[in-house]
Amino acid sequence: MTAATIFGTPESLTDRVTHYCPGCTHGIIHRLVAESLDELGLRETTVGIAPVGCAVLAYHYFACDFQEAPHGRAPALATGAKRARPDLTVFTYQGDGDLASIGTAELIHAANRGEKFTIIFVNNAIYGMTGGQMAPTTMPGQVTSTSPAGRDVDQVGYPLRVAELIATLRTPSYVERVSVHTPHHIINAKRAVRQAFEYQKAGRCFSLVEVLSTCPTNWGLTPLESLKWVEETMLPYYPLGLKKSPDDEV
Amino acid sequence: MAKKLMKGNEAIGEAAVQAGCRHYFAYPITPQTEVAEYLVRRMPEVDGVFLQAESEVAASNMLFGASAAGVRTFTSSSSPGISLMAESISYIAGAQLPVVYVNIMRGGPGLGGILPAQSDYFQATKGGGHGDYHLLVLAPSTVQEAVDHVILAFELAEKYRNPVMVLGDGMIGQMMEPVQFPAEAVTEPPDRPWATVGMKNRPQNLIRSLFLNADELEANNLELRAKYDLMERDEVRFEFYHADEEMDVMVVAYGTMARIAKTAIDALRADGVKVGLVRPISLYPFPKRAVREAAGRAKAVLVVELSTGQMVEDVEWAAPEGVPIHFFGKVGGNIPPPEDISEEISKVLGGKATPRGLYGRVEEAS
Repeated sequence: MTAATIFGTPESLTDRVTHYCPGCTHGIIHRLVAESLDELGLRETTVGIAPVGCAVLAYHYFACDFQEAPHGRAPALATGAKRARPDLTVFTYQGDGDLASIGTAELIHAANRGEKFTIIFVNNAIYGMTGGQMAPTTMPGQVTSTSPAGRDVDQVGYPLRVAELIATLRTPSYVERVSVHTPHHIINAKRAVRQAFEYQKAGRCFSLVEVLSTCPTNWGLTPLESLKWVEETMLPYYPLGLKKSPDDEV
Repeated sequence: MAKKLMKGNEAIGEAAVQAGCRHYFAYPITPQTEVAEYLVRRMPEVDGVFLQAESEVAASNMLFGASAAGVRTFTSSSSPGISLMAESISYIAGAQLPVVYVNIMRGGPGLGGILPAQSDYFQATKGGGHGDYHLLVLAPSTVQEAVDHVILAFELAEKYRNPVMVLGDGMIGQMMEPVQFPAEAVTEPPDRPWATVGMKNRPQNLIRSLFLNADELEANNLELRAKYDLMERDEVRFEFYHADEEMDVMVVAYGTMARIAKTAIDALRADGVKVGLVRPISLYPFPKRAVREAAGRAKAVLVVELSTGQMVEDVEWAAPEGVPIHFFGKVGGNIPPPEDISEEISKVLGGKATPRGLYGRVEEAS
C-alpha cells in the first residue's frame, strides 16, 4: 500500500515557524490565502503587500514575492503594482489598526477606483504589535491599554464597520465578512477568500474580505475564551455575510 | 529633433515620456499641476499609466508599489506635497528603489504661497523624511536643463537604486523656453532581478525597509552609505562661470537665482569688476571641492538664494577658512532683479556688507 498525502503545507506557505502568539488566528488566515493561491495556480504571479502591525513579517511565511508598506499605505502600493503590472495577482494583508485607522484614505479610494486587487482585512478589535491599544474596531466597553476604563463611545465613537462602509461605494466590488473561530466558519472563510482571488484572476473587480480574528494575548483571554469572545461579543456587532457583489446592480 | 517652445512643467512631462517612463501618479498642487494636465493626455498616446491619486501620500506610495514591480515611475509636486511624500521617500530610500520626484518649489513654511522659492533645499538635501538617507538632487536653471535633468534622473535612480529629485523653483515650472529633446533619450533599463514580479523558479524577492535585527539594519545603513559615497565621488555636477580665475567676489547660486546672478555678473564684468559664479547643479552630492577651490581664488563669497539662507550653510562648510561669506536672499515669492544682486555684490566689494548680509545672523553668545 502506498501512502498518500492528504494534508500538508500549501506550496504558497513557507515552513518557517511564525511569531504569532498561541491562539492567534493569523496562522489560519495565512493558510486560507495560501490554499486559494495554490488552487487557482496564482502563486508564481503573486505579489503580497505586508502591513505594519502583527502581520508585518507575513513575507516570511508566504512563499511569494512581497513588498513591505508604510503603515496603512498597502492599498496605494497595491494600486501602483497592479497598474504597473496588471498580469500580477496583488493582495494586501492588513490589520485593523493599519487598514481601519491610519490607512482609511488609501483603502476607500482604492476601493472606489475599483482597483483590481484583493485586500485581506484581519479585524481583531485591537492593536496587537504595539501591545494592545484601542483600535477604531475596538468594541464598546472593551478594555485596552489606551482605554483602561473600556472604550467610551461618547468620547471616541462606535467601532468602525469596514465591510459595510466599503459596501456603500457605488463602484462594483466584492466585499464579505467572515470569521475563523470555528471549523465551520473557517470553511466558509476559505470560500470567501478564494472567491476574492477568483474575481481578481478574472480581472473583475476590487475585493475585500474582512476576517474576524482573535488576540488572546492582548484581550487577556485564553485561546478558547477568545474564540467564544468572537462569537458572543464581535459577531453581534460585526454581522457575517456577503456585503457587496460585483453582480449587484450599480 | 527641432526646438520646441514649451512651458517648463509640460516640458518636464514630455521629458519623462522621452525617458521611457510610462507610469505617473500624482496629486494636483500649484505651481506644477500642468505636468499632470500634460501627462493625462500624453500617457495614453504611449500606452502609459496616468493616475490621479487621492493625496500626495498615496501618490508616492503608488510609486513605491510600481517601482517595486519593476517599472520606471515618477511624480511631480510642490513643496507642501513633497512634505506629504516624505514618509514614503524615506521607505523608498530604505528599500532601495529607483523613483524620480520633481519638486517645483513654492514658498513656505506651511501653506506658504504659490510663487517661486528655493526654501526646500534643506528638505531635499538633508533628509525630509526620517532616517539615515539621501536623495540625489539635481537643480535645473533653465527649462532645457529641467528636461535634461529629468532624463538623467531616471538613469541615476536606476544606476543607484535610489530616489532622485529634480528640484526646480516655480519659475522653472511656469516659464516658457525653447527646448530640444535628445534624439535617443530612452536608456535601456538595467535588469531588475530584485523586482517583485512573481517568484517563478527563483527564491522570494522582498522589497522592504524593515530590519528588526540590529546587525541587519546596520548592514542596510552601511549599504546605503556606500552608495552615497559613490555618488559623492562620481555624481558631483556644477558650473563655473568666470570662476576659474581670480575673483574679488565669488557668487554661489543655483537654479533661477544663478540665472539672475549671471545677468548681474555680466553687467559688472563689463565694467571691469572681477566677479564669477559657482553654480551647484547637483545639490546632493554638493560640489564641496569645487566651491572650496574656487573660493580659494576669491576675496569674498556671496551666496544668493530664494530663501533666508539654506545652501549658504553648505558653502560655509565647504569654503576655506578666512574667506568672508556673505548672504543675500529674497523670499515670499519675490524675485530680485539683477540690479539687486549687482548692488549686493558692490556692497561686498565696498566692504559695506555685513557678514551673511541680509538676514545675517547674530553671533552666538560666548
